[in-house]
Amino acid sequence: MAKDETNLHVDVWRGTDTGAFQAFDVPRRLNQTVLDVVTEIQRDQDPTLSYRFACRVGMCGSCAMVVNGRPRWTCRTRVSEVAGPDGALRLEPLRNFTVVKDLAVEMTRFFDKWEKAHGYFEPGARAGQDFAVVPPATAERRAADAAIECIGCGICYSACDVVAWDKDYLGPAALNRAWTLVNDVRDAGHDARLAAVSGDSGCQACHTHMSCTSFCPKALAPTYSIAGLKRAMFWHALKGVR
Amino acid sequence: MTPLLFFAQRLSAAILAFAVAVHLATILYAVRGGLTAGEILGRTHDNLAFFAFYAVFVVAVAVHAPIGLRNVVREWTPWRGATLDAALAGFALCLLALGLRAVFAVYAA
Repeated sequence: MAKDETNLHVDVWRGTDTGAFQAFDVPRRLNQTVLDVVTEIQRDQDPTLSYRFACRVGMCGSCAMVVNGRPRWTCRTRVSEVAGPDGALRLEPLRNFTVVKDLAVEMTRFFDKWEKAHGYFEPGARAGQDFAVVPPATAERRAADAAIECIGCGICYSACDVVAWDKDYLGPAALNRAWTLVNDVRDAGHDARLAAVSGDSGCQACHTHMSCTSFCPKALAPTYSIAGLKRAMFWHALKGVR
Repeated sequence: MTPLLFFAQRLSAAILAFAVAVHLATILYAVRGGLTAGEILGRTHDNLAFFAFYAVFVVAVAVHAPIGLRNVVREWTPWRGATLDAALAGFALCLLALGLRAVFAVYAA
C-alpha cells in the first residue's frame, strides 16, 4: 500500500470471541498515541466501540491491547512507533482473556490466579506490630524490589504461550508477584506460597520462552522470577523430604 | 508437573547430556576405520563398564522421555489425570525393559 501522509488505516476487532475486524480511517496527528486513535474512533466515528482506559499515562495498565500483533499499553505507544509507512494499525483485545466486547477483556480469571498463587502479603505474627524496616540498600530489600513494580496490566499474560496451552497455568504476573513475596523477609506465608505455585500449572510449567519479559512495559523479568521460584521450590521440596 | 517429576526430569537431562555426548563420541571414534557387528560385540561382551554406562543411559531415558511426553500431551490435548499418568508410567516401563534388554543382550552376547 502506498504511503498515506494524511490518514491511518485502522482495523479494529469488533465482537467477542467471535467477530470480525472493522476498518476505520483516522487522521494522523502529531505525537498521536494508539489510545488517541481508539478514542477518536469511539468519539467521532462509532460510539458503540468498547475499550478500557483510565490514567492515560502508563500507571494503571488498563488500556493494554494487541497492536499489530504485539501486546502493548496503547497510552504509551506512539502511532509513529508501530504503524507502517502505509499507516496500517490492527487493534485486537489482549490474548488469553475472555473478550467482554471489542477491545475490553474480562480479567477476573487473571486476578483469581494471583490469589491462587498466594500473591498477597502474609504478616503472620507481625500483624499489628510497628512497621518492619528493611533498609533499601540491603540485599533482602533489593531482592524484594526487583519485581515489585508490576501493575497487573495483563500484557505478560497475553504474551504467554503456556497460558494459551494450559488455561490453568498461573501465568507470569501471578508467579512474578509470588516471587516478590518469597523475597519479602517480613512475609510469613512462604511455605504455603511455594506449595501453591508448584505443580502442573505452576512455575514448573514455564517453558522459558521469555515473551513475558520481552513485552513487559515495566521492563520487569517475570521469567527470572519464575526461575527463582523453581529454585526456591527445589529447596522447599527438599526440606519437606527430610 | 510435581516437584518430584521436575527434579527427575532435570536430573535425567543432566545425565543424558553427558551420556549422549559420550555415546556420540564413542561412535565417531569406533567407526572411523569401519566396524563390523562382530567387532562391536567383541568389545561389549563381558564389559562391565559398558554395561553400567548404558544401563544408566537407559534409566535416564526411561525417566526423562515420559515426563517430557506428559507435558506435551497436557499442553496439546485435554488428556489429564490418573489415566495419563498410568499410560506414561507404562511407557516408562516399556522403555526401561526394552532398553535394558538391549544392553544386556550386547553385554552377554
